[in-house]
Amino acid sequence: MTGTLTEKILSRASGKTVSPGDVIEAKTDIVAFHDLTGYHVIEVMEKANMVKVFDKSKIVVAFDHLAPPPDVRSAEIQGNIRKFVKDVRLPNFHDINVGILHELLIEKYALPGQVIVAADSHTTTSGAVGAFAQGMGASDVAAAVITGKTWLVVPQPFKVQLKGSPGKWINGKDVALELLGKFKADYFNGMSIEVHVDNPKAFPTDYRATVSNMGIEMNADALMFVPDSETKDYIKTMRGVEAELMTPDQGARYTDEYTIELNKLEPLVAAPYSVDNVKTAREESKVPVDQVYIGSCTNGRISDFRMAAEILKGKKVKARCIAIPSSYEMFKQAMELGYIETLVNAGCIVTYGTCGPCLGGHFGVAGPGEVIVSTSSRNFRGRMGSNEAKVYLSGPSVAAASAATGYITDPRDLQ
Amino acid sequence: MIVEGPVLKYGDKIDTDIIIPARHLKYTDPAYLAQHAMEPIDPEFYKKASKGVIIVAGKVFGMGSSREQAAIALKAAGVKVVIAESFARIFYRNCINNGLPLITLPNATKEINEGDIVKVNVETGEVQVNGRTLKGKGISGMALDILKSGGIMEYLKKVSA
Repeated sequence: MTGTLTEKILSRASGKTVSPGDVIEAKTDIVAFHDLTGYHVIEVMEKANMVKVFDKSKIVVAFDHLAPPPDVRSAEIQGNIRKFVKDVRLPNFHDINVGILHELLIEKYALPGQVIVAADSHTTTSGAVGAFAQGMGASDVAAAVITGKTWLVVPQPFKVQLKGSPGKWINGKDVALELLGKFKADYFNGMSIEVHVDNPKAFPTDYRATVSNMGIEMNADALMFVPDSETKDYIKTMRGVEAELMTPDQGARYTDEYTIELNKLEPLVAAPYSVDNVKTAREESKVPVDQVYIGSCTNGRISDFRMAAEILKGKKVKARCIAIPSSYEMFKQAMELGYIETLVNAGCIVTYGTCGPCLGGHFGVAGPGEVIVSTSSRNFRGRMGSNEAKVYLSGPSVAAASAATGYITDPRDLQ
Repeated sequence: MIVEGPVLKYGDKIDTDIIIPARHLKYTDPAYLAQHAMEPIDPEFYKKASKGVIIVAGKVFGMGSSREQAAIALKAAGVKVVIAESFARIFYRNCINNGLPLITLPNATKEINEGDIVKVNVETGEVQVNGRTLKGKGISGMALDILKSGGIMEYLKKVSA
């Protein structure tokens, strides 16, 4: 039989040939949690009197949501998890100075063909390297931590084909917003999206991670890029490892498919209060902006900082601008390449290794009536702070251009 | 498993930041979470739900975050069952794991009104309202076993015993 990537991964993980709709028990290759969900995972295990771990080397813990702790309760939560990590002797622990969990998973752990579950919805990000990755709640993750298994319904596969090369200011965000604008936030419920890239180098892993990250905003069960030469090169560069590629069979059958011509995409935004309220940046170009956020597990990688630095070089921001690389590695690269210096000189606040403003945590909570342009993943009402704040989602080029002018701006329109 | 109660009705895309805002996620105490359920769009929700209610809503109810506090908050506030046109996957699982039943019913928001008294069979998915019986999708298979056990951890104990 010929299988999609979804079917092949889940067949391997469950030890039998699977089809869409099957309820299966799958072995998990990586189980992960962060500070804000991790304390809850541990609480569930303790309450059930089942504090044990199926395989220490396969658990990944990173502090990101409450990093560095903005209040006493956050510090207490982190302290409790540090104690758990020490007691159970988990080797893959990343404290507040390393980065955002989803970014660390693709930089250091995730491999093509794996099944990854973590206590955070944006776990789909690991689909960038061809892993079947799902977010789950604390109880499901606790069960996976203990047993190394989880139950799943095998999703219907949907194929997306990316053709050609994106324009200078186009990024993975524009592909994610294109899919959300076209299909809306409920269409992919119960489906896994498999993205085939015609020209691997034209759509690097940075961009892929942004699209996979927002698979959850499409309500897809998973969003995976079919691993290719770019995936192999990324894993080799980041980890020095030769990855084996699992790919769909020739002639694999998909429920439906959609093609995006990358060279035709325009810089897009999602207007308040929904991720699928998609417009071109030009359509919203009269909207004044109070604050810009460049970062998060959606768009805090080196290519995002390259675009932002190119736009802000030699300029001064007219809207408050907060820029947060998604990990220590991304911060270090951005520093070595001069992007941090450029952003600081333009008047941006730069730090690293935190989810910060994305969930209204800290480092830039939105006030009533404020308009925010954010490269993060969600613009739900109240998400970044006040219920009366308006959040526009965009890629880094629109965000940086908007910081430069103080209005929502298509980077192609900058003088 | 039959559940009955009056309806509180909401629209499409009720997300987890609405069900329980992120600033409350540093706690898991059901009584605390209940007081803040649905806060951004319905500050009176806690009072309205306290006598036991059934939520009826549109598409992808519970979309967004993996926060299990969303399921805990609704249940603790007094929600007996959620009927929606579709559910987000993570939220669905979280509800099963916290003993909050769910019915998927296309056109739920057209067929059922705020204040209607609804009787629901959680397993068959049948919804009785205004003298009519609507056929929704109930909970079956492994999800039902987990719900009946009282959540995935209790289920684990049972199957591994």
